[in-house]
Amino acid sequence: MAVVNDHTVKAFDEDLNRLRGLISEMGGRAEQALLQAMTALHKGDLDLAAQVVRDDKKIDALESEVEQLAVQTIALRAPMADDLREMIAALKIVSVVERIGDYAKNIAKRVALMDQTRSIEAIPLLMSMSSIVAELIHDALDSFAARDAELAVRVTVRDKNVDDFYNSIFRTLVTFMMENPKYISESAHLLFVAKNLERMGDHATNIAEMVYYVVTGEHMEERERGEQPEDGAAEQEQG
Amino acid sequence: MTQDDLTIADPKMKAEGVNVFYGEKQAINNVSIDVGTDLVTAFIGPSGCGKSTFLRSLNRMNDTVASAKVTGRIELDGEDIYAPSMDVVQLRARVGMVFQKPNPFPKSIYDNVGYGPRIHGLAPTKADLDVIVERALVRAGLWDEVKDRLLESGTALSGGQQQRLCIARAIAVDPEVILMDEPCSALDPIATAKIEELIHELRGKFAIVIVTHNMQQAARVSQRTAFFHLGTLVEYGKTTDIFTNPKQERTKDYITGRYG
Repeated sequence: MAVVNDHTVKAFDEDLNRLRGLISEMGGRAEQALLQAMTALHKGDLDLAAQVVRDDKKIDALESEVEQLAVQTIALRAPMADDLREMIAALKIVSVVERIGDYAKNIAKRVALMDQTRSIEAIPLLMSMSSIVAELIHDALDSFAARDAELAVRVTVRDKNVDDFYNSIFRTLVTFMMENPKYISESAHLLFVAKNLERMGDHATNIAEMVYYVVTGEHMEERERGEQPEDGAAEQEQG
Repeated sequence: MTQDDLTIADPKMKAEGVNVFYGEKQAINNVSIDVGTDLVTAFIGPSGCGKSTFLRSLNRMNDTVASAKVTGRIELDGEDIYAPSMDVVQLRARVGMVFQKPNPFPKSIYDNVGYGPRIHGLAPTKADLDVIVERALVRAGLWDEVKDRLLESGTALSGGQQQRLCIARAIAVDPEVILMDEPCSALDPIATAKIEELIHELRGKFAIVIVTHNMQQAARVSQRTAFFHLGTLVEYGKTTDIFTNPKQERTKDYITGRYG
């Protein structure tokens, strides 16, 4: 479905465009926060980690700006049909993106707590996992911008890869901890990092589901969900 | 949405392949629709789409227009309302109408409501008529406001009260269907809210069909919505579906304000 901006009331189009722009910017910042947090972790770059924590405030500010604009638009324009669905989706999507930003911040905060991580073999796996998650977030937000239900469906399917990665990293780290009790603290932090990444993947899926609803007006059918991660707590909030 | 959701088991009115012409001009093109007994049905669409024309064909109000011609079939309880044997006066008692602009008779409030029942022979005595008039005014939510001045002129009431008086007049003859053609477009928001509340109260007692330009109003008062465009019925469905997820592009463009 093409993005059509041709309301009789042009100010409505302007509001919608501004809303889409803000969500785009917010998504871009969340994606960047994730990539920077992982780079900081990989390189032990404390300055970059501190910057991720600072920049999270901008993501939070964007969230409240979108909320205000969406509420205002609902009140003033009484949107209907796909416009109404877009408003509802916008509100839900920004709260999800804000969570993604929080997970990135949480990863960044752990950088300072770990001295000896670069020798741990799970690190390259985490880096690969994070680039898949970043792609999912990117594609989920692209699907929103382009009103692309098919891309949204593909995002939800690809989330399975993230879950598989998480299970594999979980096993790797548990094994590593048994063999290297000296690194238990660092490994525990890395487990949380893996968990954060796994949750970010789920949130990308949530965005994709909202996009599907905006475009089609219908809720995505219950998809074949991947197996539960082996710690049995994939759906459990933490961080 | 499946077709089953829309099936109306025992429609009060049923239109099949209805065409309406004004002289050479075709105003309604092959419209088929069922009106449910316990439902409020809203007709929406841009000016000139034919929704009022179609509404007026449901109680043969178009008969008063010399050039108008209706083809196809419209049934009330399975009976063809355009059959030669149909008594048009009786039909309009069974299918009442409320117009855009309140049009009380230049008579007393009491006579406005009592006129219909009297000429239809529903009230053999004055006492019977008193009961009918009070009941209609109560149902129309006007009784408390006018009970002490029933002999004052109906035209002395406010616009909103006049419209409720017209609704009382329509329901006094105990119709089966009430057609409302833009009943609130001349009223302020408070009077509008009262009429909407009244429609809500009357639902189930009468089948109600309302034509409105106010889409929010259609969304608020109806359970079924029909979207008309250029004389055709573009989409007919549950009101919630029409306003959250219309199936037709033209419906979507209209209700989201992208039309024209």
